[in-house]
Parts: sequence; C-alpha cells; structure tokens
Amino acid sequence: MSSLPGWKALPPGCPVQTPLSAANNHTGSWRSERPIWNHEQCVQCGVCDMFCPEACIKQTAEGFYEANLDYCKGCGICKQECPTQCISMKQEEE
Amino acid sequence: MSSDLTNVFAAKMLPKRELFSPGHRACQGCAPALAMRYMLKALGPDTIICNSTGCIEIISSSYPESAWGVPWIHVAFENSAAVASGVEAGLKAMMRKGRIPQRKITVLAQAGDGGSMDIGLQAISGALERGHDMIYMCYDNEAYMNTGIQRSSGTPWGAATTTSPAGTQSSGQNTWKKSLAEIAVAHHIPYVATACVSYPFDFMEKLKKAAAVNGPALIHVFAPCPTGWRCASDIAIRLGRLAVQTAAFPLYEVVDGKFRITQNVPHLKPLKLYLGPQGRYNHLTDDQIEYLQGELRRRYGLLVAKAEASQE
Amino acid sequence: MGTRKGMEVSIGIAEAVMMADVDVIPAYPITPQTHIVEHLSELVADGHLDAEFVPVESEHSAMSCCCGSVAAGARTFTATSSQGLALMHEILFIASGMRLPMVMAVANRSLSAPISIWNDHGDVMAARDTGWMQIFVENGQEAYDHMMWAFRVSEDHDVLLPIMVNFDGFILSHVVEPIEVWSPEEVKQFLPPYKPPYRLDVDKPWTFGAVGIPDIYLETRMAHNEALIDSQKVMEKAWDEMAEVVGRKYSVLENYKTDDADIVFLTMGGISETCMTAVDQMRDEGKKVGVIRLRMWRPFPFAEVAKELGGRKVVLAVDRALSTGGCGGPVASEIKAALYPLDKRPQVVEFIAGLGGRDVTIGDFKEMYDKGAAVAAGGAVPPYEMVGVRA
Repeated sequence: MSSLPGWKALPPGCPVQTPLSAANNHTGSWRSERPIWNHEQCVQCGVCDMFCPEACIKQTAEGFYEANLDYCKGCGICKQECPTQCISMKQEEE
Repeated sequence: MSSDLTNVFAAKMLPKRELFSPGHRACQGCAPALAMRYMLKALGPDTIICNSTGCIEIISSSYPESAWGVPWIHVAFENSAAVASGVEAGLKAMMRKGRIPQRKITVLAQAGDGGSMDIGLQAISGALERGHDMIYMCYDNEAYMNTGIQRSSGTPWGAATTTSPAGTQSSGQNTWKKSLAEIAVAHHIPYVATACVSYPFDFMEKLKKAAAVNGPALIHVFAPCPTGWRCASDIAIRLGRLAVQTAAFPLYEVVDGKFRITQNVPHLKPLKLYLGPQGRYNHLTDDQIEYLQGELRRRYGLLVAKAEASQE
Repeated sequence: MGTRKGMEVSIGIAEAVMMADVDVIPAYPITPQTHIVEHLSELVADGHLDAEFVPVESEHSAMSCCCGSVAAGARTFTATSSQGLALMHEILFIASGMRLPMVMAVANRSLSAPISIWNDHGDVMAARDTGWMQIFVENGQEAYDHMMWAFRVSEDHDVLLPIMVNFDGFILSHVVEPIEVWSPEEVKQFLPPYKPPYRLDVDKPWTFGAVGIPDIYLETRMAHNEALIDSQKVMEKAWDEMAEVVGRKYSVLENYKTDDADIVFLTMGGISETCMTAVDQMRDEGKKVGVIRLRMWRPFPFAEVAKELGGRKVVLAVDRALSTGGCGGPVASEIKAALYPLDKRPQVVEFIAGLGGRDVTIGDFKEMYDKGAAVAAGGAVPPYEMVGVRA
C-alpha cells in the first residue's frame, strides 16, 4: 500500500505543504564517482560549493569542503572548476 | 580550471541560504538547476515563482515532495507569464484594499527556451507590454530537453537535436537562435539582461536589478545541459564561460533602452573551443564552423556598436 | 429590497460583479460577451470598483491570469464566449483541478466553422467535462442574482471550484430587462469577503501544481469529482439563503405547468421562455404539456431529473448543441442516463434546435409536441431531429 493519503485526506488542489521536502529524495544513489578533496591543495575558496547544481557541498568546521553523499550525483563540476585542482573523482565500489 | 579569478575570491560571498533544495531530480551537472539556486539566493524568500512546464518544473515538484523553499505554482506550459500577471495583479489589489499587509514581494515567471521563445512567447509579450511589476526569466538550455532534446527556436544554428538531426541532407538546426532579450527590449520595458550560470555574481546582480525596477524585467540566462548537448557532466560551467568568450552568448543588460555589455570580451576565443566538447556539433565541418563563427562575431560587433551608441 | 432598473443584461452582470467587490478581472474581448468587460473597465476607470482590470492578450492568458490571481488569494471574475472558451480549454481543467474558485460568465455562442457569432450551446458543451460547476440562467434578473450566488458557492471551503454562469449570447446578453439590484447590505449579508484556505504566501511557502505521479493522480481526480457532486448541497443552501435575503427562490430545475403533464419539454437557457409561451397556447388547446428547465448542468442533478421525469409518458428533450457523430444532443444523453435505472421510463424524443442562432419559434415547439404526442400514442421513437434544417 502507498504511504500517500487517500482521496478524502487530500487537501483541495493537492498542494505540497512541506517546503524543501525534496531533501527526502536521496539522489546520491545515482552516483558512479564521488569527489575527494585533497586538503593540502585546498585553499578553502568555496568555488566547488558555488557551482554545485545540487547545493550539496558544504564547509566543515575546519574550513574545508565536502559533498553530502546523500545527494551528490557525481557530476564532477566541482573537480572541473576547482582553481587549485584539489578535487579528484573516485569510482564508487559496487 | 577556472579562469575567472573573481569567482575564487568571491565564492564565499554567495548568500548561504538555500531555497532550492538538494534531492531535486535534475540530471547530473544540470546548469538550469544551478540557475535556480542562484536565482533564489539573489531574490530571497519574499519571492513567488510561477513556473512553466519543463525540466525545472518536473525535476523540482514531484508530489509529495518539492525542492522549493518559496511559494511556487505551476499551471501549464505556455502561460507562466500570464499566471504571474494574475499573481501580481491579485497581490496589488489585495494590498491596496487592505486584505493583506503591504509588503514587497517579487513575482517571477520562468520557463525554458521552448516555453519562452516558442509556445510561451505570446504570453510573455502580453505581460511585458501590460507593465506588470514582475520578472520573466528564461533558463535557456537550447532545446526541449524534458521531452527528449527536440529543437526549439532557441536551438543554435548547426546543433543536432532529435528533431533537427544531422544527416546526409542536413547539418542539424538550419535556423538562427531567437534573440529573446532583443524581443523584450522592443517592449520598451525598464530592464532586460542576458546572463550565464558561469558568471553567478553577474547573474545575481542582474536579478536584483530586475526585482528593484518598477515594472517588467526579463532575464535570459544561459544554462548548459550536458544531457542534451551530448557532453560530459562536469563541463557545464566551462561551456557557459566559453559561450560568452566566443560570442555564442554575449552578456549584456539594457536599462531603459540603453545597452551595456557586462562581460566585455576584447579578444574573442575561437568558436571551435566551445563547440568541440559538445556532441551536438560533432558533424560540423571546419567551413561550417568558420561560417557560424563569422556570423556570431558579426552580431557581437553590432552589439558592441549598440552599447557604444548607448553611451553617447 | 433593492431598486428595480431597466438595463442591458450584460451591464447588469457587470454591475453585479462590482457589487461582489471583485479584486481582479482578466478580460479579453469577444462577441457577444464584450459589453460585460467593457462596463467593468468603465467601473474601474471611474473609481466605482477597486479592482485590477487586466486587459490580457488572449483568452488563454485570461484564464491563466485568473489562475494566478485566485492562487494569490484574490476574488476573480472573467467572461468569455465561443472561440474564447475554446481557447481557454486547456486551462479550464487546470483551474478546476487545482481547485481555484472563480466566476466566469459565458455568453453562449456557436463554434466555428463556419464562423458564427450567434447563439447556441456548442461552446459550453465542449467544456462540459472540464470539472467546473456550470449553470444556465434564463433572464436578466437570474443572471444578476447568480453572480453573487456563484462567488458564494465557488468560494465555499467545501467546494473550492470554479463556476461558469451560462447565458445565451445576444438573445439574453444584449436585451434590456428590468433588474432588481441588490443593496450593499444585502450583498454584505449574503456574500462574505473571500477567505482562501491557503494561497501563494511567502510566510507559508507551499508548492501548487506539483507533478501528479501515478500514486496520487487517481486520488486527486476522485476528490475533485466528489467535490463537484457535493457542490449541489452548497448550491441549494445558497439558493435558500438568497431567497431569505432578496426574496427570489431558485432551484436545481424549474417546473412550468408540469403537475398533470404527460408530455414535458426539457430545456436549458433562454429558449425556455418561448417554450413556455408555446405551452400556454397548447394548454389553451387542452393539451397536457409542461416545461422543465434545467438550471444546474454540472453537477448533473440525476436524482431530481429522474424524480421529475419518471412518471411522464414522453420527454421532449430540446438541445442547443450537437454531439457530432455521436448521440445527438448532450442534454438528452444525460436525461436518458438519469432515466435508464427507472422501472417505468418515459420515451425521450430528441431535438437539436437553434444552432448558430437559428430562431426556434412557438410553431417549432408545437411541432415537437405533435411528434411527442404520436410517440405517446404508441408510435415509434424517431431518431433525433435537427429542427428546421433544409433538405
């Protein structure tokens, strides 16, 4: 059985009442490669975050950046755009 | 590697708040999705989005989830400008009549290139002409990507799509990309701009200007689509930059009819650098690339002349 | 009590919309609806009505603009006709599916080709299954009253559906009739300001018009259909309360001289008045004939129709539209569906009359009666007839 409401429980017009709820959808499973940051080369500029179409790269307490692998689709834009070339893409294991 | 050093220094100045959520279902490396991030970082939470049917609508609003952190409505394909007209008029009337508090709310309508330049053009023209205080934004990935990469009037000359294929009798799209921004300029509205996801601060600045003017504004944002352009998923930003640097998509704004190039390119790069990584242009001969480059440069020259004339 | 004024019915409709204190009017001109929106634009221009008049560039955009305006929480009105309604078609389904309450006056006119600006019900019958509430009015007073009523029903939180108020183009829209206008107190008593249950609100950033995946689409259709069927209760309650406020009582259908009638006409809209005149004359000739006029078309009042028609010998169903290549008339088709479950069913004799503004005369109704009487006497039921067509 579906977890979605029956017709009587649907609000008229069926709006989505929870903003930003796409976060429930973990797109990380689409990924075949993951970005790895080399902290020795990283200058903590944030260009990787800025160009991430998933908005899934965030700064850690130490100031470095990392991708939230729940969402990262492995597109590689962060690696491509990193001005110090500190990001490499690593093949996901089966 | 990024050649735009301003990004390196400025990236951390990007507003932190994310109003377009991860978990959306866009393809890997989707620049239109990135455009949504920037758009809401620039406009903030007091924004209402009227979205046409298309990639962004589909990937962001699959019930029961939504990627949006602002009020958002989708009605149909060709009419987001008309829907936004209604939202703007409704808010205006209700604020004037005291039904809801006075408050600055930005109303933005958006569609892809097909939803803007083909099926939605009439509704956009009507909304711009009527003078609604709203922004229209076209996120341009140069074909109907959501339905499977069919050509639109935003598809550039020479590009192969599933309905403008390259073949023995065809070199792909054989018509010129429509200049949406210039069509908007012909409506004598206060603000028109082109933008590109590879220049996020330029793009966000233009959105803020568009929101600040009293009246209609149109922004045409270039947003590469790796799936539809037959290229690697990691080069959308690089391609956007090259499109600007080769004059395939120049960046400019038009304030009260006055043109200004916002990303000057004194030495245009060879077009081949931009076309090369894209499978949709694989079939083009050197002569054809030369021809296309000549035409794009001629047009860029006209744009420069307009910008110079605007300064007089 | 309000005062009685002679006015063109289109002007009356616009005046009623002003009394309803509408917020937004997206409008596009089309004959024979245009006088309504012209007058509304004058009312706004002269400061009598505080509303946004949005002169859109097409009917498609008119209906789209209505959707945006209602979603923003504004009371919204538009009017159209014929090709305009057809151009809106795509968005009609979306307005109702998104449960956006609004009122649209439809000056019924035939559809091209050939182009015809004259009256029939072909336009709205093509919009029959768009999920809107649909009623047909017959005279100026009824049209005027039903503007206030339509907002009240449409905006009811148990309904939240758009509504079309259909009235015949030219033969009603352009005639001058005495109309008793409502006083502001009466309007206030009957029609509260619109309070949307939710709207496009930056403090409550919801998503409207999300993708209906297969796991939810079916439920949305069920909810929509049930809301439309249930809207009848709200309609009836609003008719009752309107009677208390202005003293005029309307209902799902109107009976005229039907108490002892073996043969009854079933009509919708303006030709009902001609039909009643024909019935008066035939009554003088001793014929037991009456008229039932349907006011409510969507939802369709199956129970009331079955109850009123069930005991008759013959129903003369007079349609103003043709289901081309299909069953004939859309109203007759619904009537037969309502009657089919009954043990004792009347015969239904079907007529398609007055297409494209062709006059339907008293003589035409008398001839229809004669054909019905022949069936009542045991004759075979003829196939549907295109009344007055030249061979």
